[in-house]
Amino acid sequence: MMTADKDIAGMLAGDETEALARLHARLAEQAASEGVLDIAYRTHDTPVGRLLLAATEAGVLRVAYEREEHERVLANLADTVSPRILRAPGRLDRLATELDEYFTGKRTGFDVPLDLRLSKGFRREVLSHLADIGYGETASYAGIAAAAGSPRAVRAAGSACATNPIPVVLPCHRVVRSDGSLSGYVGGVEAKRKLLELEAA
Amino acid sequence: MKAFEEIVAEHGATVLRVCRAVLGHADAEDAAAETFLAALKAYPGLPETANVQAWLVTIAHRKAIDATRAAKRRAVTVPEPPERHSGIGRPEQADPDLWSALGELSLTQRAAVAYHYLAGLPYKEIAEITGSSTAAVRRAAADGVRKLRTIYPRECE
Repeated sequence: MMTADKDIAGMLAGDETEALARLHARLAEQAASEGVLDIAYRTHDTPVGRLLLAATEAGVLRVAYEREEHERVLANLADTVSPRILRAPGRLDRLATELDEYFTGKRTGFDVPLDLRLSKGFRREVLSHLADIGYGETASYAGIAAAAGSPRAVRAAGSACATNPIPVVLPCHRVVRSDGSLSGYVGGVEAKRKLLELEAA
Repeated sequence: MKAFEEIVAEHGATVLRVCRAVLGHADAEDAAAETFLAALKAYPGLPETANVQAWLVTIAHRKAIDATRAAKRRAVTVPEPPERHSGIGRPEQADPDLWSALGELSLTQRAAVAYHYLAGLPYKEIAEITGSSTAAVRRAAADGVRKLRTIYPRECE
């Protein structure tokens, strides 16, 4: 007597790892070519830990440190941007290469298109001025607030940096306190120190 | 709402098995990929309370029916059938006899057995998917299992 469900199900379950990997690759490719892959992502190992990289068709949307919890970041993107999210390395290959070059000291700036939709208003204004702080330099929160057009909004400039959706690429790590101390960083103060040391070398 | 990547991770194996059971190995991977592509397109509109597995099986069923019809249209008479090559790794490693025994069942029986035993759906839900009645689906599943038992007695005693 064929008793339980698991008899049939178990007997039909072979090693499907390869077939599933092929299925996934094909799905990601077709979704991208039909324009329904709203967010592609991959992870990338760097000296400051494993980074989550996510991009829309418009450009790089998010870079997240491990301490931000990648699963939570993806769940958040699903809620705020689109749940059509797949692990699909292709769209992020160029950024991954540029990150490797950056971390080996061969690159001082990033040339990938960015999608800044996660940041609005004054915060976005602040982010757009981060790239003006050159490689190896630092700026104060007061300085970046002034550059963004609101010299008194020092705190708001600080929170704009703290919520930077594209750290490393948009160099909020170059913003420090007026007394030169590092203060906080989305990737942790250690990561901030590492990035500044790398750029100072 | 979950990222679609999680949906693929959770249900990929089931959808693949269901497609294999209904279509056979040669066309299953195509149907599974098409199922997930269609699901990805519709996913943002899926209600939070929806049974995702049943939803995916519904889509897979439509893709399988399409593939079956397309195969019938393509069908030509040849003196000796060409050897069919699996594009899906070697699922026969699991249990080749049972997989081939499944192929002897009618489409209705295969669907009932696959959706009930592989996807774990209740007969009532399967009836909605296949446009049949609960009683008919239950009968098809029972007939299917009985037929499997006659073709494949070893494990079914």
